[in-house]
Amino acid sequence: MNALLAAKAIIGRELARFFTQRERFLAALVRPLVWLFVFAAGFRAALGLSIIPPYQTYITYETYIVPGLCGMILLFSGMQSSLSLVNDRESGAMRLLLTAPRPRWFLLGAKLVAGASVGLLQVAAFLVIAYFYGLKFSAGGYLAALPAFVMAGVMLGALGLFLSARIRQLENFAGVMNFVIFPMFFLSTALYPLWKMQESSLLLANLCRANPFTHAVELIRFALYGQLNLPALGWTVLSAIVFFGLALHGYEPARTRSGRRPD
Amino acid sequence: MIRALLLSTLLASPALADEIWVTNEMDDTVSVIDVATLEVKATYPTGERPRGVTFNRDFTRLYICASDSDAVQVMDPATGEILHDLPSGEDPEQFVLSPDDRLLYIANEDDAITTVVDTQSRKVIAQIDVGVEPEGMGISPDGRIQVTTSETTNMAHWIDTETHEIVANTLVDSRPRHAEFSPDGTQLWVSAEIGGTVSVFDVATRAEIAKISFAIKGVQPEKLQPVGMRFSPDASKIFVALGPSNHMAVVDAKTFEVDRYILVGRRVWHMTLSPDESKLFTTNGVSGDVTVIDMATLEPIKTIKVGRFPWGAAARAMP
Repeated sequence: MNALLAAKAIIGRELARFFTQRERFLAALVRPLVWLFVFAAGFRAALGLSIIPPYQTYITYETYIVPGLCGMILLFSGMQSSLSLVNDRESGAMRLLLTAPRPRWFLLGAKLVAGASVGLLQVAAFLVIAYFYGLKFSAGGYLAALPAFVMAGVMLGALGLFLSARIRQLENFAGVMNFVIFPMFFLSTALYPLWKMQESSLLLANLCRANPFTHAVELIRFALYGQLNLPALGWTVLSAIVFFGLALHGYEPARTRSGRRPD
Repeated sequence: MIRALLLSTLLASPALADEIWVTNEMDDTVSVIDVATLEVKATYPTGERPRGVTFNRDFTRLYICASDSDAVQVMDPATGEILHDLPSGEDPEQFVLSPDDRLLYIANEDDAITTVVDTQSRKVIAQIDVGVEPEGMGISPDGRIQVTTSETTNMAHWIDTETHEIVANTLVDSRPRHAEFSPDGTQLWVSAEIGGTVSVFDVATRAEIAKISFAIKGVQPEKLQPVGMRFSPDASKIFVALGPSNHMAVVDAKTFEVDRYILVGRRVWHMTLSPDESKLFTTNGVSGDVTVIDMATLEPIKTIKVGRFPWGAAARAMP
């Protein structure tokens, strides 16, 4: 019962913060929409046409990048969550959270679920706009994608948690942008298929293959067409476990104490 | 007991699925697509450069324009065997079978002639001089008027099928490649590849009643080259293949407005409807495949690899 209450409090706080920050919601939506409406139009010819699973026929570039943009929302949402943790640490709210009478994994897990829920809301809003733009999936596809969004959100949130354990100051977040978000996003199948990447560089294609974000995007892409991409699911789950393990290690009391600046 | 056994055997025997037959211009073959599985189930050799293709009424014969073999070949679709050639004149590209299932009207591109061949006696019964590079071939549902379009003269030639003489010539836009009568026979639609338009004529007066242009966001206008056309079963829409724009246009047959564009493979030429009218199959020349469009949703559902440069398509209903 206590556990439920604690989880509710953590998730409720995250959602309340999200709903009160309208700018954050708008910013989360504008980013993928700019890609969809502006960049996709420019890249349409550059991509060329291809038929790769799960697609059965030729698709427009806009159609191709929708799953990648959903992944992008979850990626930024996960990072935003880590940003808020750094903020929490600076403001002292973190100490309050971590001293709650629940196991550390539980508290951080609840934080993860909270972050993924926020990401899910943003993805839902994006898919509604995409639907009216003409980028539609079947009802079954939307339903099948739900667990894929949650899994991808949890994995990327776990990465954010891990990073937040390492970042001591908000100012360092720019580094996260440059060294984590951008490489993860651009070295993935979010914007271009792997075969296209391979045409220009085998090394880049292999980096794409190794990128957990690629697997999250492919998990979402197949799910939106009612298909399960087992290897993508496996890699996403494995990455989530590894990142969460690293985050738990990073938030160990001994580490957090030693890493804290003297008050 | 025996009757029950026979009945259960009959019920258990799988019904043969309908088929789509596609000519592969560069491979000198026809590919046979199973409509149920949407997979190629057989490929048969043909003469050189097969293009136009059509079945007779009971689907026991397939006629193929083997352009570079200067012949119309007759194939047994049950075996894929070429039974014999019909005298076709030089370089037959497209043809149309008369509604009585007997006469083939063949466009001889190099000779500027429309050749009329009797499929039963296997004899040429008439040759009609038309414009330069004839290609598009249409016939009215009552079989009285045959229209040949000539690519270089930019004309639709109206031929009386009783006398086998041209009764009128109508100017159309540049490079007309296909002529299609509306199912009620009151309109003639002609596509102009270079002109980028489709002209609609009133058959009674032969006057142009509409001209349709196309525009697709992000596609250069010169790539919008209308070629093959096909009416929907209820005649409310007409599908227009737009060549190198890689799109099909769906045109409202009443308002003459384009309803939507459907993305298919590269350089779409022609199309055919499945016998149950639930799917449209388009031949995509450059990408070497056939795109299947669901007629209920007008969405492309699958693209199937066939041979190199697929061109014509014909549907075979199975018993």
